[in-house]
Amino acid sequence: MADLMTIHLKVWRQKNANDSGRFEDYTLDEVNEHMSFLEMLDVLNEKLMMDDVEPIEFDYDCREGICGSCNLVINGRAHGPKHKTAVCQLHMRNYNDGDTIVIEPPRAASFPVIKDLVVDRSAFDRIIEAGGYVSVKTGSAPEANLIPIAQDTVNESFDFATCIGCGACVAACPNSSASLFTGAKLGHLNMLPQGQPEREKRTIAMVEQMEKEGFGDCSNHAECEAVCPVGISIAAIAEMRKDYLKAVI
Amino acid sequence: MPSLSDALKSQVGRKFLTGITGLLLVFFIIFHLMGNLAIFGDPNAMNEYSKFLHGFGPLLWVARIGLLIALILHAWIGISIWWNKKKARPQKYKVYSSKGGPSKQSLSSRSMAFTGVVLLVFLVIHIQTFALGDTETITIAGEQYHDLKTLVINTFANSALYTFGYTIVMILLGTHLGHGIWSAFVSLTMRSKKTSAIVYSAGAILAVVLAIGFLFIPLYIYFGGGCEAALISCN
Repeated sequence: MADLMTIHLKVWRQKNANDSGRFEDYTLDEVNEHMSFLEMLDVLNEKLMMDDVEPIEFDYDCREGICGSCNLVINGRAHGPKHKTAVCQLHMRNYNDGDTIVIEPPRAASFPVIKDLVVDRSAFDRIIEAGGYVSVKTGSAPEANLIPIAQDTVNESFDFATCIGCGACVAACPNSSASLFTGAKLGHLNMLPQGQPEREKRTIAMVEQMEKEGFGDCSNHAECEAVCPVGISIAAIAEMRKDYLKAVI
Repeated sequence: MPSLSDALKSQVGRKFLTGITGLLLVFFIIFHLMGNLAIFGDPNAMNEYSKFLHGFGPLLWVARIGLLIALILHAWIGISIWWNKKKARPQKYKVYSSKGGPSKQSLSSRSMAFTGVVLLVFLVIHIQTFALGDTETITIAGEQYHDLKTLVINTFANSALYTFGYTIVMILLGTHLGHGIWSAFVSLTMRSKKTSAIVYSAGAILAVVLAIGFLFIPLYIYFGGGCEAALISCN
């Protein structure tokens, strides 16, 4: 028999982008410890609708930690207390009966709030559009093992490619920097042979776009690595800096 | 393709400049401390060291101007990073805390702008007191020296404000370097999985050693360890 808890919530409510927003207090009884955090919010929303209160908007899609849609700041930590865990994979067994949980959207000028806990993360899309692609030969697919790549390179590139673009790095960074995201998106292409033709152009374009979007500078706090649900290392930032300096010199 | 000056103004370029100027200033601080520790050497060791430096003539000015440019760049970029940070997150979190683990976020990393500005103000006072301060000329074994040592001893022996102010600032210097040394290496792209932890620890240890080295001198003098070492009587 699962333990049931009473949870007190302080949730950021904001009608739209122009609303100044405020925190609302809610109490939810009979929270099952096996619920995921988002299921708990679903239950809260059902309760709100029964009470004729507008439900809380929050982003989600896959609910299995791979899409990067969910990104809440829970008690001051992006994706909550657990390492390498997205909000959708966070379970209520990490909380105790009577706990108060503060839920906020990721806060950054480049991620304007659309409503409640939902923010516009299209700045990330524009960074990728600036150069996150490779030139490919059209026609039939090439032989899978045509280009030999060292296993270490493949592994590191894949580690960077696991970035799900959730924006936790920006949310947690004291400077609201998008360096980990940009570095990861650059790294996974720049390390592979297929990424070489546009390597310099890509690096310059994506770094410039990152800056245009109004993200802050990276001060090497490495908080981004700590909150990243897939644990991308700040090595991505070091690689981005190396590639950028090589490209401009 | 951006021009080199545009590249240096970019986020990557700015951090590169911050890192390189920061490391240059760290090297200066190490040599400065070695010079300061001459106060514990022979009675005239500090004055001899001062004379040795002045012997470089124009080269000393080249070094001074170089350090000044590095300092201005370092401070300017540091303040601009702080300013961008304010713009990038206009609305603060109600609750915020570090997630720990691989995070290097600390009081040291979060107070870089504050400690940096305090160090900058201190530096102006410090130069005014010692580099531009009045020293008496003394003759030892037929050689003339500016008696910097007596100026240092008199300054600290007679002023609790200066001694303890200096001590607090040196603690802030240690705080600044605690994150700064490691951060400089990362900004200069000199980071690898194997060496990251070692560089961070070594940087933190060096920061503590430098801070203790600097603050030991005024405290030693203030609590009576320096007066008898003065070449001219302590006022």
